[in-house]
Amino acid sequence: MIEADLTIIMPEILLAVFAMGALLLGVYTTKDKMAPVLVWVTSALFLALAFWIGTTGSGSNAAFSGMFIDDAFSRFAKVAILLSAAAILVMSEGYMARRDLLRFEFPILIALAVIGMMMMVSAGDLMALYMGLELQSLALYVVASLRRDSAKSTEAGLKYFVLGALSSGLLLYGASLVYGYSGTTLFSGIIEAANNEDGISIGLLIGLVLVISGLAFKVSAVPFHMWTPDVYEGSPTPVTAFFATAPKVAAMGLFARVLHDAFGGVVSDWSQVIAFISLLSMFLGAVAAMGQRDIKRLMAYSSIAHMGYALMGLAAGTVLGVQAMLIYMAIYVTMNIGTFAFILSMERDGQPVTDIESLGMYSKRAPGKALAVLVLMFSLAGVPPLVGFFGKLYVLRAAYDAGLAWLAVAGVIASVIGAFYYLRIVYFMYFGEDREDALDTGTPPVLYGFLMASAIIMVVGVVNLFGIEGAAQAAAAVLVE
Amino acid sequence: MDDLLREYLPILVFLGIAIALGLVLILAAVIVAVRNPDPEKVSAYECGFNAFDDARMKFDVRFYLVAILFIIFDLEIAFLFPWAVSFQDISMTGFWSMMVFLGVLTIGFAYEWKKGALEWE
Repeated sequence: MIEADLTIIMPEILLAVFAMGALLLGVYTTKDKMAPVLVWVTSALFLALAFWIGTTGSGSNAAFSGMFIDDAFSRFAKVAILLSAAAILVMSEGYMARRDLLRFEFPILIALAVIGMMMMVSAGDLMALYMGLELQSLALYVVASLRRDSAKSTEAGLKYFVLGALSSGLLLYGASLVYGYSGTTLFSGIIEAANNEDGISIGLLIGLVLVISGLAFKVSAVPFHMWTPDVYEGSPTPVTAFFATAPKVAAMGLFARVLHDAFGGVVSDWSQVIAFISLLSMFLGAVAAMGQRDIKRLMAYSSIAHMGYALMGLAAGTVLGVQAMLIYMAIYVTMNIGTFAFILSMERDGQPVTDIESLGMYSKRAPGKALAVLVLMFSLAGVPPLVGFFGKLYVLRAAYDAGLAWLAVAGVIASVIGAFYYLRIVYFMYFGEDREDALDTGTPPVLYGFLMASAIIMVVGVVNLFGIEGAAQAAAAVLVE
Repeated sequence: MDDLLREYLPILVFLGIAIALGLVLILAAVIVAVRNPDPEKVSAYECGFNAFDDARMKFDVRFYLVAILFIIFDLEIAFLFPWAVSFQDISMTGFWSMMVFLGVLTIGFAYEWKKGALEWE
């Protein structure tokens, strides 16, 4: 019995044992000197686990009497989380080492956060949900304030921690109401309690809304987005890159998991709430980013807007909706890895620069990289025929098919507004002022590789999206039934 | 439902008594007590001395570390008690779960010891 359970969570156990072993090994031997090696080993382990989960997993298995679920949906999300975390770790090594930030705890904390995320997307129970969420969040609070001598970084960490605690409180309060009115913390029990003949009880509904609020904070959806720009700006750039990728996939996966596994019978009750926060996120992300000159803050608003589109898929409440959300998240993460590879390489005399005007006439000095960034920006804006456009097309179609035509129309309008600030970056690079204090043109080969690979995927992927449609559909079908 | 609520009646009574008693004590101090303030009486009092300095002062961050450590081991005890009491009834899984938990805690403890978090100077 217990052996079967342990087999199902073997990837998580392996990663946890690795993290603890590395912690002891690091502190008892050479400490920070082994950090570069540890970064590479950790990301190799992420890759190996992603490969293992992606190729050997099959069917739907539940461990610990339903608290932990391993199915096509969780495997899709886990592979996305592990691959993006591995990419970000590899990208951050050079940047952190040059700024003397590379402590051996960094890859370990990332590994612990990844365990939390894997737990989140596999949660089949409110307690497993909370455990995964907190394991992820606690590790992220620490890495946000990794640069201890910078006021902005510590502020980012503290702000994230305090607001994260607030959102955890909301979520726990909601979870306690859900438990009180359904008598169980298991999602499979909650869905039965919610599905009675006179509709969902009012207490359960309030609990559901509070749980949605707590999760909306984690995906930084409006009106729970206020922490995002400050935390993105204050954290060291590799950490910002991490925030923008894997945790977002995990939180969206958890969102879909809770809404469909626990409240799948009452779609009409939450669909409007999700549609509303999706609408607000798309517009706030598009409008508020216009005034930003700092590219990290700009990417924060960009991620808010993108979460709005992913939530549009969830709001549909259909198989197509979840499939669209998964495809959108996979594309979003790929674009963000490329974009952050570029942001990490933005330097002047070895110092990081985040002002977008410093990109003036960048195309003259580094035409190849400027072209790659152009492709990524167009893709982020959703300009056809790049891959980013197909991500948007999927969620818009899912929303339209589910009778949310108004939301789809609003999404198109928001994406036109949002195109402004993406295109402005391109404008600075190709038509901006040629500046004296130009950016350095040299790029570490790792960052160059990720930037180019991401841009090429955005172009080549239009052929068949590398086949993720089928995997996403299988994942969505398992979840929605 | 009524039976269930009736079981909670003692708690309600208890709550009522607690509130009433608290109010009585506060109000008694307001109504009955003799008040005759003078500057010496209302000044800040610090073990018989005049106050040395402001109460808001910088606080060594290591105190927080000790407080956090205390909470971790405090929680460990909170988990160990019910585990020990129900030891007869739990399976080997229950036994080993606690051992794993203690092992994880020990790893954290070894880390911070080696990291020097427990050295005061």
